[in-house]
Amino acid sequence: MSELNKAMIEQYRNSFLSEVEANVEEGEWVKMCMQCGVCSGSCPLGKHWAHPPQEIFMMIRAGKREEVLTSDSMWMCTSCYNCIVRCPRQLPITHIMHGLATYAKKLGLTPKNQPTAKFAEIFWNNMMKKGRVNELKLGLSLYFKDGFGPGIKEALRNKDLGMKMMKAKRMAAGEFFGGHGVKDVSGLQKMIKKAQELEDARMKKFDEPEASQDG
Amino acid sequence: MAKREYSYYPGCSSQKGASSSNLMKSVDTMCEELDIQLNEIPDWNCCSASIGYASGSELPRLTLSARNIALSEEHNKNQEIVATCAACWLATKEAAERLKEDESMFAEANQALAEAGLKLQNTTPIKHMAEVIVEDIGIDSIKEGVKKPLEGIKIAGYVGCQTNRPFGIAGESFENPMYLDNLIEAVGADAIPTYEKKVQCCGGALAFSEPEKSQEMIKGIIEAAYDNEADMIATPCPLCQANVEIYQDQINEKYNTKFNIPVVYYSQLIAVAYGRSASDAALDGQLIAAKQLEDVAKK
Ligand code: SF4
Ligand code: SF4
Ligand code: SF4
Ligand code: SF4
Repeated sequence: MSELNKAMIEQYRNSFLSEVEANVEEGEWVKMCMQCGVCSGSCPLGKHWAHPPQEIFMMIRAGKREEVLTSDSMWMCTSCYNCIVRCPRQLPITHIMHGLATYAKKLGLTPKNQPTAKFAEIFWNNMMKKGRVNELKLGLSLYFKDGFGPGIKEALRNKDLGMKMMKAKRMAAGEFFGGHGVKDVSGLQKMIKKAQELEDARMKKFDEPEASQDG
Repeated sequence: MAKREYSYYPGCSSQKGASSSNLMKSVDTMCEELDIQLNEIPDWNCCSASIGYASGSELPRLTLSARNIALSEEHNKNQEIVATCAACWLATKEAAERLKEDESMFAEANQALAEAGLKLQNTTPIKHMAEVIVEDIGIDSIKEGVKKPLEGIKIAGYVGCQTNRPFGIAGESFENPMYLDNLIEAVGADAIPTYEKKVQCCGGALAFSEPEKSQEMIKGIIEAAYDNEADMIATPCPLCQANVEIYQDQINEKYNTKFNIPVVYYSQLIAVAYGRSASDAALDGQLIAAKQLEDVAKK
């Protein structure tokens, strides 16, 4: 178990809801859910969610920490924003789902080989190198995300597509060797590092026992 | 028409040689025709779209967009920011709003920006190009400039999700927006206002990570276009365009369908209707050729 996960369990022993409110993006909204179920009927990949958003909110309140954070469900969110425009209580559901996914990943609780979690990581790393996305490299690392063997198979399956994209000048081979990027890469990286530090510091604050807490 | 100027955020997928470079090219042409000057934000960076979240959590993500806004405020003073990619627009606008609501987050974003020598004022409006067309210019004015109406072409207007939600176009419904249909009519083509998949999600970034699940949805989007006897699909969103166009072969293989329907941008419709060539309209950037548009362009 990751150290951070241990620390958080210790800290929020009996209130997963407070943990979510403190550490998850827009988590303070969870208590506003009135369990109407509109969001759950809105997810395009609904049948693939073991626990649709409404249920996730209920489980958070019921303290089902492990079940929520190790779930595959929030990784099914396509960011379609159907839920947000329909929720009668205006919960920022999309962001809470993203926030739960991010938090679970931080704690090392994401299911193994979750493809969207992997893709998100590949995407972010690809972008952070130069400040812009290099689509060719992004595509290649995607094929190989499950390892070399399946990667080759996947790449071959998409070979025809790749050729067509090249022909239409929508995939430049030159990108692989250089390609797009920002000029001030070092400034950008310093900036993100700082932002990350500031955010981690926010979470650490909750690590320290607060005077107001009982015991 | 008086000249309009905007600060332009093209986004990664619209760079030269990238997957939506045909959007970029046709937008350039459209803007020439509509007397719009786009001033690219110098040294803009990627916004991390709707997928970066899992690795770059809240503040780093907001800071990425804050950098673009700050650069725009410094170099393209007093110009509204315009994006052509739905995800770019959404990420940037969302960051601006979040940083307006949350003062401590705003302060921390500026602390991070200082590392790159930048400062965010956060007073710049952030628009989608569709808003420029619909609100700033107006569909009636678009109609006035049409030289070659796209007569007899039936087009399913596919708005998708993020151009439409959560912000959308003022006065339009989230569930049944009409502006794209109105635009299709304005350029002389036949719209299908009851195209039932007009705001159906295509899977977005999950088309890469969950291809089977997403392609099932994409299949529905295309099927409905055929059921409505559409000749082609038109969309404002680069990811919608790519997802609905490029996987048709794979879907055919899996489901035994015979899909082969062109998927074009609204900007390509305008470029052709305004009398520009197939190459100015970037029709050579289609994987599935939009023959009827090529024919009009040749006329
Ligand atoms: S739509 Fe809103 S109120 Fe209804 S269940 Fe979902 S989050 Fe709760
Ligand atoms: S944004 Fe995510 S949570 Fe909301 S409806 Fe779409 S898939 Fe479901
Ligand atoms: S949304 Fe996509 S294309 Fe636009 S900047 Fe972000 S990553 Fe790049
Ligand atoms: S339809 Fe697809 S690409 Fe377009 S906005 Fe929705 S998820 Fe994104």
